[in-house]
Amino acid sequence: MREVELLIIGSGPAGLCAALSAAESGARALILERSFRPGGQLVKQTHMFFGSERQYASHRGVDIAELLLKKLAEYGERIELMLNATAVGFYEDNVVTVLKDEKEYFKIRAKSVVCATGAFEKSLAFPNNDLPGIYGAGAVQTLMNVYGVRPGNRVLMVGAGNIGVIVSYQLLQAGIEVAAVLDAAPRIGAYLVHASKLARMGVPILTSHTVKEAVGTDCLEAAVVWALDEKFKPIPGTERRFDVDVMCVSVGLSPLNELLAMRGAEMKYVPQLSGLVPLRSENCETGIPGVFVAGDASGIEEASSAMAEGWLAGLCAAAKLGYVPADFEARRREYLSQLENLRSGPVGERIRAGMKLSLLEGGMRDV
Amino acid sequence: MRITEHPILRFDRGKELSFTFNGQPMKGYEGETIAAALHAAGVKVLAKSEKLHRPRGFFCAIGNCASCQMTVDGEPNVRTCITLLREGMKVESQEGKGRLQ
Ligand SMILES: Cc1cc2nc3c(=O)[nH]c(=O)nc-3n(C[C@H](O)[C@H](O)[C@H](O)COP(=O)(O)OP(=O)(O)OC[C@H]3O[C@@H](n4cnc5c(N)ncnc54)[C@H](O)[C@@H]3O)c2cc1C
Ligand code: FES
Repeated sequence: MREVELLIIGSGPAGLCAALSAAESGARALILERSFRPGGQLVKQTHMFFGSERQYASHRGVDIAELLLKKLAEYGERIELMLNATAVGFYEDNVVTVLKDEKEYFKIRAKSVVCATGAFEKSLAFPNNDLPGIYGAGAVQTLMNVYGVRPGNRVLMVGAGNIGVIVSYQLLQAGIEVAAVLDAAPRIGAYLVHASKLARMGVPILTSHTVKEAVGTDCLEAAVVWALDEKFKPIPGTERRFDVDVMCVSVGLSPLNELLAMRGAEMKYVPQLSGLVPLRSENCETGIPGVFVAGDASGIEEASSAMAEGWLAGLCAAAKLGYVPADFEARRREYLSQLENLRSGPVGERIRAGMKLSLLEGGMRDV
Repeated sequence: MRITEHPILRFDRGKELSFTFNGQPMKGYEGETIAAALHAAGVKVLAKSEKLHRPRGFFCAIGNCASCQMTVDGEPNVRTCITLLREGMKVESQEGKGRLQ
């Protein structure tokens, strides 16, 4: 069985920063990435990021990925990136089973692990929600921004949060019609700058609306939507039909972290972080010594905080392995204060509450 | 169904590749996934569900949901949204769990 010092699962912003941070301290890391392309969600983000300068705000996500990968190359001999490699199991003694190229299956034992597996898009329950043509908004973004393929001709976007609104705008940029954007909530969740761009381009944003059903035999042909009252109950008689061949579901993300649950990390449902998350210390270490979590896998936030958590988790994971740089404490404080800044103000209130609920109490637990 | 003009993105498509979908000859490009190439060629139904035989397309496009599994070169359950297209690939839609050949 192959033995490694530090295993990082996932090569999104969190995983890449964790690897850079650990390598900077002198540790050797192996990154597993299930896709053939590193960078996680960043590679499909063609819009300018918000956030602070430290996290490359006002760069496009896709350029941030390139920046991080260039840095990774500088640590050539200390960081290995294994692509097409999905971690499928996580067992005692930090044994991780890997499916490579959908063919080979093998084990790796790691002294320390950072789980940076990101998130998955939630689905929505309505009749025929499984028809081809109904896709996650992130999936449509991948199809058009990464591969340059038109998802269809006319799109209904379900969800007016940041992702729904940004992807709608990107659809228009690609020359695809957006019939409408729906949201069950009475208010638009996205930042106003993004939403008003859409409104200016004539796309109706229907708040207090949801999908009643999808229509089609082999593929999506139309969607029937209806209005909701203040108790989120559908109002009969308000049905409207949109002839669309694509519906994007953008009703939020859930943390992807089953591997940690499998390893025995204590999990807790924290609505503010959008789902089940592992309890962890302020250094991103779960209750299992040497097992860390960073990025969306620890709770849904943004790329900026995923990067700061990655730096912190990588630093602390390397320290656990004995690589304690002279400026360890200064670096640790710096990353913590970056996270504090990112989560400050009224916007960060939810996240702050979530963090408090997911903080590990009473130290470590042995497994 | 490919995007040819875009205000900020440029698509440098790789070499043209030939593959088959259920025996039919198809074209795609190097550097794209099987699911992307099929979608560009207008193929949205990739599989049928196991019990009710309902049509299945991709959903997440990042290898997470298994909605895009197809039989590729005789190998069932290949996640076509994260598997790159190769010259001469034999891609088949799959009923349910698929069968080892
Ligand atoms: C439309 C959209 C717009 C956004 N806009 C912004 C913005 O403007 N500013 C901002 O800060 N953030 C933005 N975000 C959010 C940001 O992209 C994410 O928060 C960030 O990418 C999370 O980073 P991560 O490293 O935790 O996860 P991800 O980027 O999701 O990376 C996780 C990686 O792990 C891999 N993986 C998962 N499971 C396994 C496994 N078992 N084995 C091997 N590999 C695995 C995945 O393939 C993936 O590459 C946006 C997101 C979307 C979808
Ligand atoms: S579409 Fe989800 S795994 Fe391929």
